[in-house]
Amino acid sequence: MLKKITMTVNGVKRTVEIDVRESLLDVLRDKLGLTSVKQGCGVGECGACAVLIDGVSINTCIYLASWADGKEIRTVEGLEQDGKLSSVQQAFVDGGAVQCGFCIPGFVISATELKEKKQSYSREEIRRALSGHLCRCTGYQKIVEATEKALEED
Amino acid sequence: MYDISTYEEATTIQEALQYLKENPSSKVIAAGSDVLIKIREGKMAGASLVSIIKIEELKKIEKDKDGNIHIGPLVNFTQLEEDPIIREHLPYLGQGGGTMGGPQLRNIASIGGNICNGATSADSGSTLVCLNAQLTLTSLDLERVVPIGEFYTGPGRVDLKAGELLTDIVILRQDYEGYVGKYTKFAQRKSMDIATIGCAVMMKLQGRVIEDFRLAYGVAAPTPVRCPVAEAYAKGLTLTKENARAIGEKALEDVSPRDSWRGSKAYREQLIKVLAERAIWELANGGGEQDA
Repeated sequence: MLKKITMTVNGVKRTVEIDVRESLLDVLRDKLGLTSVKQGCGVGECGACAVLIDGVSINTCIYLASWADGKEIRTVEGLEQDGKLSSVQQAFVDGGAVQCGFCIPGFVISATELKEKKQSYSREEIRRALSGHLCRCTGYQKIVEATEKALEED
Repeated sequence: MYDISTYEEATTIQEALQYLKENPSSKVIAAGSDVLIKIREGKMAGASLVSIIKIEELKKIEKDKDGNIHIGPLVNFTQLEEDPIIREHLPYLGQGGGTMGGPQLRNIASIGGNICNGATSADSGSTLVCLNAQLTLTSLDLERVVPIGEFYTGPGRVDLKAGELLTDIVILRQDYEGYVGKYTKFAQRKSMDIATIGCAVMMKLQGRVIEDFRLAYGVAAPTPVRCPVAEAYAKGLTLTKENARAIGEKALEDVSPRDSWRGSKAYREQLIKVLAERAIWELANGGGEQDA
């Protein structure tokens, strides 16, 4: 059940032949080599596979690739500009928010969605906005702190 | 790769109805956060799917000239929570939807999917039952309107016939105007959890007297249920702590909770009493959310 879809991936228009039974996660990893997008639970519970679809954080393991036709997709690979990390990425590095790292691309994606809304958020609101991601190492504190710091910067 | 036997993607309602007629055994997939998981688990393996997520006309929230509010079945829970019409008139529905899953799920999962999968734990279910939501079910041959209370027919079962699509969710003006309301989700985690009990309360107050009262629960019966016994009992009562407690006690006559690994029957009965009591008391004292 093959089909061609065209999507903008990290700023570049890509036409990909997909099988309609594939998830966007499969296509991003296996066909486009974007391995920041992790498969964790595979059932939409852990958030490791989140990417920005038209600016909104969505779990790609339960998102059919066919639905991405015509959409703008951004992954962690597309966040740095000219070799410089985004403010969210830099805040995670500076704040020691990363341990094993497996869940971090998902957190960075959801934190980037918040950052781009250009609103201010309380600590509680940040926790709620990141509550769709599971981390088994950090206990979340440093992740929340790093996100808070990234949101404070211009 | 998902185990899907056929896949059609509709961009208009008409197209979806055509596909559903041509292949009556096919299932509608909206945002997929239930259907894809059921396929992965094997419960719906090999399904024939008609995808509706690209039907833009099902993603709107509008108030018509009579003041009835139309919620498109593909409205997602983030949109529901942030929508100005919902915030003004049905804030408790938006707030209740905001307890569903986590942010990435709410960014896509649809209110229509939440209804049509028939789960008693649906976080929009008990509030929509309280609101007496009218569901428009459309097929190529027929359009019918069913109150949500009659749409639920059993655990995970709804009155959706082959070839039919949920095309509109209508909240009539008389069902929301002048009410205050609150949805309480009781779960073990704040996020990514399923309700142990969900409790929706709506009240119309005349000073300190309850003029009208509506109460519904999720996970207190095989489907979300209204509580006619407690509702009749509550009407005309004065708002006191004792009366709030008594209404919660009365609700036990309306429900039939079960033991499950998430919570025992006794625990659920306790929650059924206490959540109603607390919500009534909070609403009585200006908390909760109201129709502005």
